[in-house]
Amino acid sequence: MKKIVTNFSMPECFNEKSKPSMFCPGCGQSISLRHLGFVIDDLGISKNLTFAIDIGCSLLSWNYYNFDIIQTHHGRSIPTAVGYKMSREKRIVIAMMGDGGGYAIGLQSLLHAAFRNSPITAIVVNNTEYSMTGGQMAPTSLPNEITSTSPEGKIAKLFGGAFHGPELVRNIANKNSFIARATVSNPIMLETILKKAINNQVSGNFSFVEILSLCPTNWKTNAKESFEFLGNMEKVYPVGEIVNSSKNKNEETDK
Amino acid sequence: MKNSSYITGNEAIVLGALAGGAETFFGYPITPATEILEGWVNASLEDKNLHFLQTEDEIAAGFAVNGAILAGKKAFTATAGVGHILMQDPISMAENERLPFVAIIAQRGGPSTGTVIYSQQEVNLASFGGNGDGLRIVYSASSVEESYTLSSKIFSTAWKYNFPTMLLTDGYIGKEKNTVDLPKLIKPYPSRKILKQDPSSPTHIRNCYGSEPEFAKVLRQNISDYKKLIPKVAECEDYKTSDVNQIIIAHGSVAQAAKFAVDMLRASGIKIGLVRPITLRPLDCHAISLKTKKANKVFIIESAFEQLARLIIYKMPEIGAKAVKVFKPAEGFTPEEIEFIVKKNRK
Repeated sequence: MKKIVTNFSMPECFNEKSKPSMFCPGCGQSISLRHLGFVIDDLGISKNLTFAIDIGCSLLSWNYYNFDIIQTHHGRSIPTAVGYKMSREKRIVIAMMGDGGGYAIGLQSLLHAAFRNSPITAIVVNNTEYSMTGGQMAPTSLPNEITSTSPEGKIAKLFGGAFHGPELVRNIANKNSFIARATVSNPIMLETILKKAINNQVSGNFSFVEILSLCPTNWKTNAKESFEFLGNMEKVYPVGEIVNSSKNKNEETDK
Repeated sequence: MKNSSYITGNEAIVLGALAGGAETFFGYPITPATEILEGWVNASLEDKNLHFLQTEDEIAAGFAVNGAILAGKKAFTATAGVGHILMQDPISMAENERLPFVAIIAQRGGPSTGTVIYSQQEVNLASFGGNGDGLRIVYSASSVEESYTLSSKIFSTAWKYNFPTMLLTDGYIGKEKNTVDLPKLIKPYPSRKILKQDPSSPTHIRNCYGSEPEFAKVLRQNISDYKKLIPKVAECEDYKTSDVNQIIIAHGSVAQAAKFAVDMLRASGIKIGLVRPITLRPLDCHAISLKTKKANKVFIIESAFEQLARLIIYKMPEIGAKAVKVFKPAEGFTPEEIEFIVKKNRK
């Protein structure tokens, strides 16, 4: 018997006991989780899903859904998910983390999971900074972006420009992996991409989605300014599926 | 009937792990533990139920072990030195989330490459290396045969008590090749799904807490559980200790040499025996206290500086008062050397 949905604004797989929400008002992470929940509902996979999360703001989702959740250490949701998936091949395993977890401290595991075509789905929520610690510069911070560790704006010459994670991963990933960037400003596209990413795991392949997200608390922006900033991010970080522009050298050797 | 084999310590570890019900291995090559990875890979070619992944680093290996354990598999890793340091983050996760993490630590000397074959310098790290209070179970193997029995036993200990369980060896034991009798082992303690895969009651496992009192409650429970396992897990071997004036306390390879030294010293009329902790965490304080009670001198001998001695003397300060402490960090001992040390210091 189908459960009667009483709260139309939240996914069915949402755990009501996780309320009151720990996320800040306007947080893009909770928007992402909500849409991921809708996708999980649509695909009817909540009974077959294991979710692994990082620290930072992603840890706030440790009991967000009504399925098994592993909250692990910084940058380690991917290797934990890989170990789990190897042991329960029929489960769908999603590893979620922030841009620090995915692109700084845990980058090697993201790259190697893509390189091996480990059949998991990795999601990086990119809000251009370390949020739980109060808004420090991240690899994804935009050039000239002001953060607490780039008080005069991120100097690209010293710290690098804007870190393009999915494009980097595409270069090393197996050709059967699905790699895309979505944004919380376009929920329909976000859900379509998440659905493709999960289905690609079901087909036995790695998939990776970066979600451009909002952090009004650390950006110190109101609603309008937050979406303006997100608009700037979307100009630097193009959304959609990332396809290889040049021939991937790995593909010649993985036949 | 005993099963006799001509094998190395590292080969014995793979056989022991299989006997203990191990199913999955994650690791990264590092001397002197590499043969365990290689041996497991070969075993998995013969048995399709065995899995392995050579990961990008030891951190990933350790977290993949945690992931596999959460799925209910008896997973383990083998590492050494610098790899053992990187392994502390996943072991800390396991310690606090009460996961039956299993690791073989083939001790080597110092940081970086340091020396690659031998030391007893990883006792502190295995016992207390993480963020937390060191609620771990640490065994120390003293021979090829014991590499087999203990590498089987650690899986049962880990899954029964739900604390990270490590087996310390070193490159001498791992690469030593002997004819050993592989004893029949007790039936391994079973594994179970830790993430229950039950949508009506999801498992939410975490290392993040909203307040100190909330976390303290978890820690109090863990400490209480750890104290309860001590009498069931702690063990030591005593060798010729019934009529002694002096006792040697040593573990691992040093204990192997000390056993020969005891025989040599007894041949020249010196009443000495050996107490060998098999578990370093927790220590079998009851047996160690009893066996050392009548001794007028206790020789604590180790290939490290104050690592075993600190464990012993903190728990049993009365031993400290009569201890002769002999430290040779990252260097081994011969039986003759121990014989000489005892003869020189026993008066």
